[in-house]
Amino acid sequence: MALAVMAKAATPIPLDLAFRVEPGELLALVGHSGSGKTTLLRTIAGLWRPEVARVQVNGRTWLDTGARVDLPPHQRRVGVVFQNYALFPHMTAAQNVASAMDHMSGAERTREAERLLELVNLHGLAGRKPAQLSGGEQQRVAVARALARRPEALLLDEPFSAVDRATREKLYAEIIALRAHLSMPVVLVTHDMNEAQLLADRMVVIDAGRMVAEGPTGSVMSDPDALRAMGIREAAAMVPATIASHDPDGMTQLATSAGTLWLPQVEGAPGSSVRVRIMAHEVILSRTRPEGLSAQNILPVKVIDLQSGGGPAVMVRLAFGEDMILARVTRRAAEALSLQPDDHIYAVLKSMSVARDHVAAGNVA
Amino acid sequence: MDWTALWLSLRLAGWTVVFLLPIAVFAGRFLAYRRFGGKGLIEALVMLPLVLPPTVFGFYLLLAFGAQSPLGQFWIATFGHQLVFSFQGLVVASIIFNLPFAIQPAQRGFEAVPSDVREAASCCGMSPLRSLWRVELPLAWPGLVTAMVLTFAHTLGEFGIVLMVGGSIPGETKTIAISIYDSVQGFDDRGAATMSAVLVAISLFTIAVTYWLSSRVGRRLG
Repeated sequence: MALAVMAKAATPIPLDLAFRVEPGELLALVGHSGSGKTTLLRTIAGLWRPEVARVQVNGRTWLDTGARVDLPPHQRRVGVVFQNYALFPHMTAAQNVASAMDHMSGAERTREAERLLELVNLHGLAGRKPAQLSGGEQQRVAVARALARRPEALLLDEPFSAVDRATREKLYAEIIALRAHLSMPVVLVTHDMNEAQLLADRMVVIDAGRMVAEGPTGSVMSDPDALRAMGIREAAAMVPATIASHDPDGMTQLATSAGTLWLPQVEGAPGSSVRVRIMAHEVILSRTRPEGLSAQNILPVKVIDLQSGGGPAVMVRLAFGEDMILARVTRRAAEALSLQPDDHIYAVLKSMSVARDHVAAGNVA
Repeated sequence: MDWTALWLSLRLAGWTVVFLLPIAVFAGRFLAYRRFGGKGLIEALVMLPLVLPPTVFGFYLLLAFGAQSPLGQFWIATFGHQLVFSFQGLVVASIIFNLPFAIQPAQRGFEAVPSDVREAASCCGMSPLRSLWRVELPLAWPGLVTAMVLTFAHTLGEFGIVLMVGGSIPGETKTIAISIYDSVQGFDDRGAATMSAVLVAISLFTIAVTYWLSSRVGRRLG
């Protein structure tokens, strides 16, 4: 049930790459606008045909320009969540979902639409028109509609870009929970590295239609080529943690493999797993354990290596218990501390430096 | 009051709408969604009846429908009578001179359907015909209703082309607009006044119904 894509084109957006998504895997196509990521998604759906391209799903060929095979979108079993959801405005939520199940009988359709709306936590809103739903609710209808066709490939085109931050956090959690029910390959197009890192198993970073980095999210996030394409300020590491307790002052105590981490209010019951995204430029390094500091998190780490990209900064990879974090410090600071691989030092992290939407439920992929 | 002429006008307008609706749907949809070379020229051709003097337009139709033209000969061979100066001839002429009134609003109606909504329909597994029926028509229909109402009202009022192509045969080609003209010519001011008032009332009623319907659609989608 894997999805294999190859595309080459010169216009309107140059493309030259190939990738593969396994069943049940979530691949993020990450790039700036104009990088060609949406064009790739449209190619898979059948809404665009590059000069040379091949799309194979589950052993079946949907598109092969060489063999003159090009199935129209309605003959490809694909589920698409559009950036602005593209719901049918004259239909209710339930009718929107049912509209993708024309092959079923009326009664079956209604039952299935109800089940899917339940799955995306929309019970009770089945009779509403899209205009009567909030942005987050519309996105859930769009997800349910995309799943209604029992797609062989699920495509998500910037599905979180049209909602506010608070809604986005909730939708992230829902998508993570929903993944347990998904057995098809999933492709997420996004320009947001945080989103990709929170949700995806693997990432493909695209720049000007070419793949600049590819692999598990953790390794891509410290890949110099990926960071050159996405911006060095996006460098971050994902650390798995368990909620230990919630303090009455609004702080949450998390247990990580490197020790205790205090963060402002993290959603979830004690004992549940979360993933915390630690931005490389927020980490301060110290030779000795600092005293009298306002920062709440001072954790022992070990230097793995230093990568310098020619600029004034160095990327330091640090062993953080059994995990890894990144620290981006100036070359000058690295020299002043004379950082060497295997040095035992301290990483300092302000609690407030971890944004709310940089913490997500679930285990690290 | 010339009831025969009024009934003829209503029949003419009705048939014109019946034939133009499918043409407006397919031509309007085609022009709304497709990009192709010469599209501007096609759009200009469709709009031409709007700017040509009815006499000029009627003259060309008369040539095209006449017994010497291929269309005229075909018509005589098939139906056994001339196309000009017949009710059928009026219907054909009426379809042609109403093209801008039907296609233009229909095109605007289809253009109002967002492209991602159409793409979503095909990604939901709908064939192009099914997408037209389930998604595009329900969203484009204010444009289509406008097209049909304009066509109907405009046919009731058309004078020059009807006179050129149909003449003024009572019960066959004498429409209410021509009957009004004849009444005025014959100093029957009372008759002309009644018929004019009836025509105003019918036109006003049709347009008022359209506005009412489209405001209901606005609420339904809003």
